[in-house]
Amino acid sequence: MKPPRFEYAAPGSVDEAIEILRDAPEESTLLAGGQSLVPLLNMRMAQPRVVIDLNRVSGLDAVERTPDGRIRLGAMVRQRRLETDPVVRDELPLIAEAARHIAHVPIRTRGTVGGSLAHADPAAELPATVAALGGRLLVRGPNGDRAVPATEFFVGALTTAIEPGELLTAIEIEPPREGAGWAFGEVARTHGAFALAGAAAVLQVGDAGQIASARLALLGVGSAPYVPEWLEEMAVGEAPDEPLFRRIGARVVDEIAPLDDIHASADYRRRVAAVLTARALRDAANRSNGRGSG
Amino acid sequence: MSPRVSMVVNGRGVEADVEPRRLLADFLREDVHLYGTHLGCEHGVCGACTVLVDGEPVRSCLMLAVQADGGEVTTVEGLSRDGGLHPLQEAFHEHHALQCGFCTPGFLLTSLYLLRERPDLDDEGEIRAALSGNLCRCTGYQNIVDAVRDAAARMRQDSPTTKG
Ligand SMILES: Cc1cc2nc3c(=O)[nH]c(=O)nc-3n(C[C@@H](O)[C@H](O)[C@H](O)COP(=O)(O)OP(=O)(O)OC[C@H]3O[C@@H](n4cnc5c(N)ncnc54)[C@H](O)[C@@H]3O)c2cc1C
Ligand code: FES
Ligand code: FES
Repeated sequence: MKPPRFEYAAPGSVDEAIEILRDAPEESTLLAGGQSLVPLLNMRMAQPRVVIDLNRVSGLDAVERTPDGRIRLGAMVRQRRLETDPVVRDELPLIAEAARHIAHVPIRTRGTVGGSLAHADPAAELPATVAALGGRLLVRGPNGDRAVPATEFFVGALTTAIEPGELLTAIEIEPPREGAGWAFGEVARTHGAFALAGAAAVLQVGDAGQIASARLALLGVGSAPYVPEWLEEMAVGEAPDEPLFRRIGARVVDEIAPLDDIHASADYRRRVAAVLTARALRDAANRSNGRGSG
Repeated sequence: MSPRVSMVVNGRGVEADVEPRRLLADFLREDVHLYGTHLGCEHGVCGACTVLVDGEPVRSCLMLAVQADGGEVTTVEGLSRDGGLHPLQEAFHEHHALQCGFCTPGFLLTSLYLLRERPDLDDEGEIRAALSGNLCRCTGYQNIVDAVRDAAARMRQDSPTTKG
């Protein structure tokens, strides 16, 4: 269990990294936190000719506010920082909460935002959470920058819209409106284990007590995060009550196609998805506009 | 071909030529001859190889030695001071928090970071959650949790200025 031989490059800038990638896009692999890649190297399931280490690239680890009010998280922001950074905790508490569910602290100290999103494990927390928040991903390649909405970025299991020769530089998320509630929940065998299924929700209850907006994404129930596009049509204008949340959960179950694997059966995942959906929506509603205990 | 790396390990400067594929864990064991860092699973699951790099706990089986170039590493050998045991080591010893000892270095370094971050820690549930990334095949964990809780109390006593 040792990595195979490879050439190692530690560029200092994104453009330099893209330059190295250009030479052999199919034979090169980017190294971020290494928490998914190095196990693959150790097991020799990955045998790249060139490993391009992003850890010395400057400018990829910032948490900042953009002029138009979004929060930009650099690709190399460590998952651990999502839990502790004041800007993330204030503006994107859903991200801070989801990050606590990723593996364990000594893995989150290395694991990165960009690595988790680019790796796109179907059971990973961040892809679904970024999808629930309607975030967009900034990708740079030889032809410049492009922004991809989260819903288009996750193509399938371990597959994203990143083309060979490109890299993810940052993500941008518009913080939910003042007063919106949020919730994250998952079922895993033990604390820190990969989730069997999970749900992230953002929901706003309007002044008249009806749902004003709602977004939901599930993880672990298909090859990519599942985002019910019909949710607002079904929920907006309705009272945020348990029967509604259960109906939404039932409809989610009709539309997802979870897998059977050694960790759980598809049927079990379906049942858990219904419960987690209703629970996430209810908890988000309770947090909205200071309702409930928050 | 083999880059030269230099880092500070337990307060001492070390330098060696290593292949880029050299894992930090193997560097510590084979090049620096510190055998306290144990390798169990080599894919991040068991926590036996946990060391501190620049003060933060990492899996040394999932980091390349070249990535620690210029950094500061603490291994289990760096815990004792002036030949005496660290309060965490004392507590592990007294509470029988180890049997074969294979997992112990990882538990000690994970706990060291934990108690630096949370000197006030006392809740058993929180300690269990914080140690859930380290596997032990012998003890059944109870004595490890007791030891960490006791060590936290001892460390608070040693440095009364610490909050909590
Ligand atoms: C024991 C264990 C438990 C885990 N549990 C969980 C869990 O519960 N939930 C979870 O979500 N994850 C979990 N993980 C994986 C998580 O920790 C990884 O951090 C994450 O999947 C990958 O992030 P990374 O920064 O480590 O990326 P790396 O491992 O360095 O890279 C992963 C992949 O992404 C590519 N990549 C990285 N950065 C970029 C970029 N900027 N642009 C383009 N491509 C890029 C790499 O080339 C590689 O293919 C676990 C890992 C371990 C070892
Ligand atoms: S050997 Fe590194 S985590 Fe098991
Ligand atoms: S004491 Fe033997 S594995 Fe923990």
